[in-house]
Amino acid sequence: MSEPIKVSPPEEARLEAQTDEGAQQLQPKRHEVVTGGLWPEDDDTMIINMGPQHPSTHGVLRVMLELDAETVLQAKPVIGYLHTGMEKTGEELTYVQGATNVTRMDYLSPLANELVFSMAVEQLLDLEMPPRATWIRMLLVELNRMSSHLLFQATNGMDVGAVSMMVYGWRERELTLRFLEKITGLRMNHNFIRPGGVAADLPDGWQHDAEELCRTVEQGVREYSDLLSENPIFIERLMGVGTISTEDALALGVTGPILRATGFPWDLRKAQPYLAYDEVDFDVMYGRNGDCYDRFRLRLDEILESIKIVRQCIDAMPLGDYRVQDRKVTPPPRARIDESMEALIHHFKLFTEGFRVPPGETYASVESPRGEIGCYLVSDGTGKPVRLHIRGPSLYNLQSLGTIAVGGMVSDAVAIISSLDPIMGETDR
Amino acid sequence: MGLEQLPHNFLTARLEDLVQWARERSMFPATFGLACCAMEMMATGAAHYDLARYGMEVWRASPRQADLMIVAGRVSQKMAPVLRQVYDQMVDPKWVISMGVCASTGGMFNNYALVQGVDQIVPVDVYVPGCPPGPETLFHGILTLHHQIRTGDLLRRRDASGTGAGIQVEQRDGTPSHVQPIPIRRKSA
Amino acid sequence: MATDTDHAAAGEPPGASPADEVAAAVAARFAATIVHESHGQPVVYVERSAWHDVAQFLRDEERFTQCLDVTVVDHLVDSERAVIPGVALERFEVVANFLSHPRNRRIRAICELPADDPTVASIADVYVGMNFAEREAFDMFGVVFEGHPDLTRLLMPDDWVGHPLRKDDAPGRIPVEFKEDPAPR
Repeated sequence: MSEPIKVSPPEEARLEAQTDEGAQQLQPKRHEVVTGGLWPEDDDTMIINMGPQHPSTHGVLRVMLELDAETVLQAKPVIGYLHTGMEKTGEELTYVQGATNVTRMDYLSPLANELVFSMAVEQLLDLEMPPRATWIRMLLVELNRMSSHLLFQATNGMDVGAVSMMVYGWRERELTLRFLEKITGLRMNHNFIRPGGVAADLPDGWQHDAEELCRTVEQGVREYSDLLSENPIFIERLMGVGTISTEDALALGVTGPILRATGFPWDLRKAQPYLAYDEVDFDVMYGRNGDCYDRFRLRLDEILESIKIVRQCIDAMPLGDYRVQDRKVTPPPRARIDESMEALIHHFKLFTEGFRVPPGETYASVESPRGEIGCYLVSDGTGKPVRLHIRGPSLYNLQSLGTIAVGGMVSDAVAIISSLDPIMGETDR
Repeated sequence: MGLEQLPHNFLTARLEDLVQWARERSMFPATFGLACCAMEMMATGAAHYDLARYGMEVWRASPRQADLMIVAGRVSQKMAPVLRQVYDQMVDPKWVISMGVCASTGGMFNNYALVQGVDQIVPVDVYVPGCPPGPETLFHGILTLHHQIRTGDLLRRRDASGTGAGIQVEQRDGTPSHVQPIPIRRKSA
Repeated sequence: MATDTDHAAAGEPPGASPADEVAAAVAARFAATIVHESHGQPVVYVERSAWHDVAQFLRDEERFTQCLDVTVVDHLVDSERAVIPGVALERFEVVANFLSHPRNRRIRAICELPADDPTVASIADVYVGMNFAEREAFDMFGVVFEGHPDLTRLLMPDDWVGHPLRKDDAPGRIPVEFKEDPAPR
């Protein structure tokens, strides 16, 4: 079935006048549609599958999107593609070895994982940390927050289209990782914060390197701010996109920068201080609208707050033990092993059997760069936990994707996923 | 793969040379960045350890356009069929680097959830050890692969083993302590 | 670690720890609730039948704005288990951690589930964020949350048989298989 196009006579005359030499005579055209008819009014929706292998760098996340043309009607994250059985492995490893397992969950801020695990074990043991251990832990966790947020800037920029941000963000992150390598021995998955303190003392000259790092990262952040914060394309891409209200965020169990971006200034470091956060001076960053732009801006400013805390750690680092002196929990100094039989036995017992934790259960939580990370630990008097459960913030942050992405465009879905900053390691464990 | 069908004699030597050169120099990684190793893989592509010097900074998201699959991270049971599907979609000649211990052998997670070594699913050419391997080690692995392709050694190994070449490289991480990190110097504005 | 007996000796009603009014309020509202203090953290052991109502009570009346986590513990092979007076310990425990932002306090609620009937009410209608948490608990332990909108596997493949985190299910450590050495250099 084909219908001739009806064009009004003045229009026809105008068009004829436009064509050169009247060569293109406006003929009524016949539409031959291969399916045999004009396209019907399309009420069907499309189901599109994003991932689990896709170019955005957020790991193996699969999102099923139901689309009506370009509008997202439903977004369902499908996870489990990185499930490693870490909680099961945690039941097979002793408490001394536990940090190696836990550190690989949120692999972007491994020290936060180690910290929460160590805090849970220390709560079960009723151990008090010496001040230097506490301040070293705080220094490391803040450096981790810096490197995590720098990577967020890199990947968020790249996902939204500012591809050169990928290179800039990694440039500063690389310096942070090198400094962490100088202290802990590894760039990632450090296994440095262990139950009882930290694994080793800070190396000589760390204050100078830390100050140099702070200065460089500050310059970098200023550069990102110049590049992106007032950039009209960036603003267009992120402002008003992926908004979530505080009530929805609280109901969905969302914590961290996403909750703070909605205007709710809840930060565990201020509200329920742990380590030495009540002794340092910093501000809690919070947003206003709860959209992607607020989350980006908030994380950028949190890097500067972390630098503030690191500077205070450099100034105020107490002297003393870097780990608890209780030989049943922490290994003796290596030199003592040559001299003392007890030291040798303690070292041997610790690294083969580990230490025993009296039966009980506890929940410890810290503010990781992604939100509240919690460790629910149940012990039974042996050297291995009965249940090691990590409450990964990314699981709940990702769940909110189902609420945030609805109503937006498909291209916004990428920006939203990127602004939620999910880490699949802690989502799937 | 086309090169094997050619008779191997002095006439085809220059042609083989050219093909091997081209294959080595125009490698496009299809990243299978899964977990922590993906962070180090991105670090390898970033400013300090620049993969772009070897023409490899363009990560092709579509496996059809890629020829090197760097399996970076732990492969879970749910992910294994996806991995195989992506590998199958890649066009010959294709190479596989198994980055990190989780991809090589299952790593520290010898439990129900992980495939104990990605070579159970795809033929692996280079195993890069580390948890995670730093950019230097990954580079060592990539350059070993390049060298093996250039000399034709890789294909010989594949013939010998029937599956991937299975080269294990050693660890090359750790900046020597006398080398200081390079600060970025800028003109003060 | 303060136990209930210490407080009872002081003349207060058993189960009402003066340190935590919320735990006391829960105990007052729901009979057969045992209040416990675990390393300075208030824990209430509630009846299985009251699980959903406790969550509703905490959200609506005690202003516990967020439920952080719902998980399950399998006590099949415990060497030694802490005895809580008044609580009938079973194989499975469902544990929920709550946080109140306006009051800046936390509380933990635990209920015991027998091994032959691991079902409990779902609190995903009270705290929407617990949807995934309960799915994961079902996937890993086989605990059925009644009233959950979509109780399917979350982490394991859909056709997986078994519940891996149970103590009698998947082994935690499989023996390492040494494959044949690859071709020499």
